[in-house]
Amino acid sequence: MATQHSRAAARLMMTPAVILLLLWMIVPLSMTLYFSFLRYNLLMPGMEEWIGFMNYEFFLTDPAFFAALTNTLLLVGGVLLITIVGGVLLALLLDQPIFGQGIVRILVIAPFFVMPTVSALVWKNMFMNPVSGLFAWIAKGFGLQPVDFFAEIPLLSIILIVAWQWLPFATLILLTALQSLDSEQLEAAEMDGAPPLSRFRSIILPHLARAITVVILIQTIFLLSVFAEILVTTNGGPGYATTNITFLVYAQSLLQFDVGGGSAGGIVAVILANIVAIFLMRMIGKNLDI
Amino acid sequence: MGQIILQDVTKQFGTVEVIKPLDLDIQDGEFVVFVGPSGCGKSTLLRLIAGLEDVTSGTILIDGQDATLTPPAKRRLAMVFQSYALYPHMSVAKNIAFPLRMAGLPRAEIDKKVKAAAATLNLTDYLDRRPGQLSGGQRQRVAIGRAIVREPAAFLFDEPLSNLDAALRVNMRLEISELHNQLQTTMIYVTHDQVEAMTMADKIVVLSAGRIEQVGSPLELYRAPKNTFVAGFIGSPKMNFIDGRDAQEAGAAQIGIRPEHLRLSMEEGKWSGLVTVSEHLGSDTFLHVNVDGVGTLTARSDGEFGVRHGDRVHLTPIEERIHRFDADGKAI
Ligand SMILES: Nc1ncnc2c1ncn2[C@@H]1O[C@H](COP(=O)(O)OP(=O)(O)OP(=O)(O)O)[C@@H](O)[C@H]1O
Ligand SMILES: [Mg+2]
Repeated sequence: MATQHSRAAARLMMTPAVILLLLWMIVPLSMTLYFSFLRYNLLMPGMEEWIGFMNYEFFLTDPAFFAALTNTLLLVGGVLLITIVGGVLLALLLDQPIFGQGIVRILVIAPFFVMPTVSALVWKNMFMNPVSGLFAWIAKGFGLQPVDFFAEIPLLSIILIVAWQWLPFATLILLTALQSLDSEQLEAAEMDGAPPLSRFRSIILPHLARAITVVILIQTIFLLSVFAEILVTTNGGPGYATTNITFLVYAQSLLQFDVGGGSAGGIVAVILANIVAIFLMRMIGKNLDI
Repeated sequence: MGQIILQDVTKQFGTVEVIKPLDLDIQDGEFVVFVGPSGCGKSTLLRLIAGLEDVTSGTILIDGQDATLTPPAKRRLAMVFQSYALYPHMSVAKNIAFPLRMAGLPRAEIDKKVKAAAATLNLTDYLDRRPGQLSGGQRQRVAIGRAIVREPAAFLFDEPLSNLDAALRVNMRLEISELHNQLQTTMIYVTHDQVEAMTMADKIVVLSAGRIEQVGSPLELYRAPKNTFVAGFIGSPKMNFIDGRDAQEAGAAQIGIRPEHLRLSMEEGKWSGLVTVSEHLGSDTFLHVNVDGVGTLTARSDGEFGVRHGDRVHLTPIEERIHRFDADGKAI
């Protein structure tokens, strides 16, 4: 029972932690905000001056910005699509009693343990390389012209790599959800004359709705800030073909030494993330409290 | 039509034979109850009939046709599960309509049938609710509703009342019996509660360890149990079993006498003993009597029989109601 007194004490004891967290968030955020209103270029130290919304104007009217925005949305959407469809299918498969189930499940989860830089490099050099890659070798085996992934379909290649990393996560969450489905419901549906596809649509999919929402939410948060995979494979190119907002901010501030412009981009990214978050929250509100 | 015949049906899980070779005839319109202790294979047998499990050997005939390999959806049987197995994300109306939708009926007809079923089961006010917003009894009725709209050849119930409280169970028991009278459809009902079995069944199938011990009407089983298992399982409170000298006098290895067939007297009788516990139920009183040289016997008397713990009473069995069993437990 929390009495008046103990509640006050609890508040007092929580204060340091809350203040620390607040500082942790507020200080970088306000500094970024502050920088975004300055002309602040690392090549011209000591020349900082207040320029109002100029940085924002430059960032938002830069053609690279719209390319980056589209790429970000395509990247997030594409990866979500692949991981959820693939995750549901894999979860259905892994839920069947098969020989060596434990090992197969660990194998499926393994990609999640590989760090993004490493997996992107492995994909780039061992699979997608147009000369020595596995895919090129297969294509040659069929007498086809090998695809130069990062030159011809750069964004799709990145989507594939990122999706490969996140597929295990989606599979794992969806598999646990699937295992919590009461088997009597499926049997009842079977007796009610529902063929397998209808059983999937009417019973399994609604049961998975919550888990899918959770997967979408968590993945979106992480996918908005994909960076390492782009850095080690395409460096945002060719042109701006694989530059997302995160990479654009990086390019602005650290490749062009424009801290002010980068900060403005960072703030724009925060605002965009919040817009996405609002949409997601709506969706969750609808899906999570049944 | 809903005639179901099992011939030599067995079921093994791995190496364990859960259903021993078994024959059973169920006639159209009969209310058959499978009863037996937990783990004896009642649910398994029901699931074999439903087609949710495949038989290891033997044949299942439904309306004279071999249905052994027919998938569950094609057997025209409807099942009500112990957990109800309602679809949680669908409204009551959608739950009841589901089998009809799967059968591809036109919308208007589905609506009509759902309304009719809801009216029969007093569910009309709840059609728009989700199963999660219903009480246990209402959920049970929805599950039954989902079964009756299909107009199946037979209904299969797997312990449908075991999640309900005692009062509601009595109510639902009556409702299911009434439903059977109304529809005149074959019903197979699994329970481990012998009271449910006795009150509802046309025919009781007593199972033990995957074997049929006896098949018969409730009164047949009550009057003439074939062995000690059936004798002890049917009837409440349980039959008293007595061996030793009294059994030998009757020419048996063991004799059984039901509590209601023991005459009680304060003055004289065949046996006498001290009352250890007396349970007053109002209409009846059950006395547990520690009889010298025989053991504890249960006796029934009318509710007004005023004895208490520690009183000495005399018991006399009604001669023609004594059941005699041989050394293997078979009735003589
Ligand atoms: N899928 C299965 N695999 C292995 N053994 C099983 C399986 N299903 C049931 N059994 C075994 O078969 C036996 C009979 O089970 P069943 O569920 O038919 O019992 P029951 O009579 O319905 O019991 P209860 O009254 O507790 O529901 C049990 O010993 C059980 O352990
Ligand atoms: Mg059972």
